[in-house]
Amino acid sequence: MNKLKLLLLALLIASKTQAQSVDDSFRQDGKILVVITVLLIILIGLFIYMIRTDRKITKIEKNEN
Amino acid sequence: MVLLIYTVISGFLIPIPDLANNSVLEQTIRNLFFHVPMWFAMIIVLFISLVYSIKYTSKQRIEDDMMAAECANVGILLGILGASTGAVWAKFTWGQFWPNDPKLNGAAIAVMMYFAYGILRNGIEDPQKKAKVSAIYNIFSFPIFIVLILILPKINDSLHPGNGGNPGFNKYDLDSNMRMVFYPAVIGWSLLAWWIVTLNYRIKLISHKKHNNYEQIKTATISTIDSI
Repeated sequence: MNKLKLLLLALLIASKTQAQSVDDSFRQDGKILVVITVLLIILIGLFIYMIRTDRKITKIEKNEN
Repeated sequence: MVLLIYTVISGFLIPIPDLANNSVLEQTIRNLFFHVPMWFAMIIVLFISLVYSIKYTSKQRIEDDMMAAECANVGILLGILGASTGAVWAKFTWGQFWPNDPKLNGAAIAVMMYFAYGILRNGIEDPQKKAKVSAIYNIFSFPIFIVLILILPKINDSLHPGNGGNPGFNKYDLDSNMRMVFYPAVIGWSLLAWWIVTLNYRIKLISHKKHNNYEQIKTATISTIDSI
C-alpha cells in the first residue's frame, strides 16, 4: 500500500511539473497518443478484472482441501 | 480474438478520412474502434442480463439469476472502461475530462444504477428472495438505462455525434474503410465481454454446486445423528 502511495505521489508531482509538456505531446502527431492511452486504459481495466477473477478461483480451490 | 487482433492492427493503420483530419478529432477518430464498442458491448451484455432476469421470473431457476448478475457485473466493467476512455478522449478534443453533457451524466447514472443492483444483491441473504427482488429491479432498470444513454441525449443537446442536432459519425465513417474495421470491432469486443461473462458464470456455478453439496452432506449428517 505504501509503495502504491509513493508511486501515486511521484506521478502527481511529475504531472504537476510537466503538465504543460505532457499536454503538448498529447496534441502532437494528430493526437495519436490519445488513442494509445485509451487502448491502454481498456487493457489495464481488463487485467485488473482478470486478476480479481483469478483470486476468486484460487479461493474456491483452497476451499476444496 | 482474431476479430480483436484485426481491429487493433487495422484500427491503427488504416488511413483516416480527411474530414476527421481537419476537425478537432484528427487521429483520435481511431477511438471509434476502442471507446465506442465498449458502450455497444455494454448495451449487449445488459440486454442479455435483462433476458435472463425475465427468464428467472418465469422459470425460477437460480442459474438464470446468476447469469443475469454476472452480465450486470461485466456491464459495469465496460461502463467504467467506456467512461474513463471517454474522459481521456474528451480532454483532448472537447477540452475537458468531464464536460457537462447529458450523455455522460446519463451514462454515469446508469452505471450507478447497476452498482445499486450489486449492492441490493449483497444485501439480501436468502438466495431465492435475492434472485426474485434483483430480477425485478433489473427488468425495470434496463429501460431506464436505455432512456438515459440513448434517448435523453438525443432530446437534449449533447456533444456526442448524432445527438441534439450534431451530425452523426456517419459523416466520418461513411468512409467504407472505417466501417470495415468498426463492425468487426463491435463484434469482437462484444464477444470478449460475453466470454468474460461465461467464465465468471462457470466459476459461480462451481462454487454454488459445491456449497449445495456441502449443505446436503451437512443436513444428511445431522439427520443421521438425530436418528441415532
